Amino acid sequence: MLKKRLIAVLIVNNGQVVQSIKFNHTNAIHYDAVHAIECFNKWAIDEIVILNVARTPESRDQFADTVLHISEKCFVPLTAGGWITEDGYADTLLRCGADKLILNTAFADDSALVRRLSDRFGRQCIVGSMDVMQCEDGRTTVRVGRGKVDTGMDPVKWACSMVENGTGEIFLNSIDHDGARKGYNLPVLSMICHAVNVPVIAFGGVFTWDHLVEGLNAGAQAVAAANIFHYTEHSTRKAKRHLAAAEIPIRRE
Amino acid sequence: MTIKVGIIDYGMGNLRSVSNAVREISAEPGLVSDPEKLSDFDRLILPGVGAFPDAVTQLRKTGMDQALEEQVKSGKLILGLCLGMQLMCRGSEEGGYSKGLCWFDADVARFPEKLNLKVPHVGWNNLLPTKHHPLFRDLPDEPDVYFTHSFRVECNHQEDVLAWCDYGEPFAAIIGRNNIFGMQFHPEKSQRAGLTLLHNFIGEDICLKSA
Repeated sequence: MLKKRLIAVLIVNNGQVVQSIKFNHTNAIHYDAVHAIECFNKWAIDEIVILNVARTPESRDQFADTVLHISEKCFVPLTAGGWITEDGYADTLLRCGADKLILNTAFADDSALVRRLSDRFGRQCIVGSMDVMQCEDGRTTVRVGRGKVDTGMDPVKWACSMVENGTGEIFLNSIDHDGARKGYNLPVLSMICHAVNVPVIAFGGVFTWDHLVEGLNAGAQAVAAANIFHYTEHSTRKAKRHLAAAEIPIRRE
Repeated sequence: MTIKVGIIDYGMGNLRSVSNAVREISAEPGLVSDPEKLSDFDRLILPGVGAFPDAVTQLRKTGMDQALEEQVKSGKLILGLCLGMQLMCRGSEEGGYSKGLCWFDADVARFPEKLNLKVPHVGWNNLLPTKHHPLFRDLPDEPDVYFTHSFRVECNHQEDVLAWCDYGEPFAAIIGRNNIFGMQFHPEKSQRAGLTLLHNFIGEDICLKSA
């Protein structure tokens, strides 16, 4: 039986793992991303996503170097992204040990790039990340460019177009839930899970282990969190115990 | 003596993950893109991430297909991972139809629409071994391993299947015949269970006796 996945997200800014609150990245959590990975590896995490949130594309080389180092000790799938705007850099990240590429703004700026990468490496290698946010008029729309640019697009339509462009999984983040401790954006998550035939990963807003259960019950195949995992010893084991108690099928070591 | 594991580099796939895992189990990984160098290694791994047609084209263009064929005949242990396992089959319907290396009497097909599944099949799923085999030494009965694939291998000889996995219906997760093996999942990314499988492939004499 296919298990539900628990994913740890490392938000990296200039080589440091940072905390994310509504897409502001200020507090450094671990000095060193490699140390964080070693902990997660021991603690039965199912997958790791590492995101470069630096403000400038000059951060690419340093980020690739971080990926290279953590991949040496990462024996679960490693998804990397941030500033993938050309084929060559996608190659670089894969060569550095990433197993999957996560792309976001490229779906708005250069969907041909996404299709090319999907054709070359296969759909299973492409994770389409999308950020949603509630507007002042109450509508929830998709934002790109690190949350700064409102596309005005409906999340479900956006998700479907990402699948058409070759994404193998959808990574859904909600900007107003990010770091807000109120759980995932369940209505949008549920709509997208019903609309697409690829796995959906929920992200953004986890503060209790019950939030993970809510995400899975809303239809997500995987639940991801960042900040919560950094503050507790053996946090991912505790999370898994909670999921198992809620009778969710998960991998136990 | 350290066992040397040649990882076939034909421009497809995440070679670093495989070599990191090989190093972790105390064997010596080496990337090999020159077909004439295959004989320098004790074991060979054919990795693969990407599309079947491109991969076959690359293998043919570099003469790697012929060189691998010779290694198979010489009895060397060869392991195909994910797309690498699929390449060992007769052919795949991915992107039209392309002929494979034809080492297994098997075909590669997409998960059928009628099963109404999310495709790709992504995540941790448990193996269902069909027999006692040295590959499964030191593993739990049904270990979870990491899959990510849209196509699956359909064997014409059920005895080639060493382990099934269930996704909508059973499909071949590990195949083996004589000195050639294929794993549809990624042992290099399946934490302890995956490293144990790789260790069993690399460290033991696991050759199947011909029927």
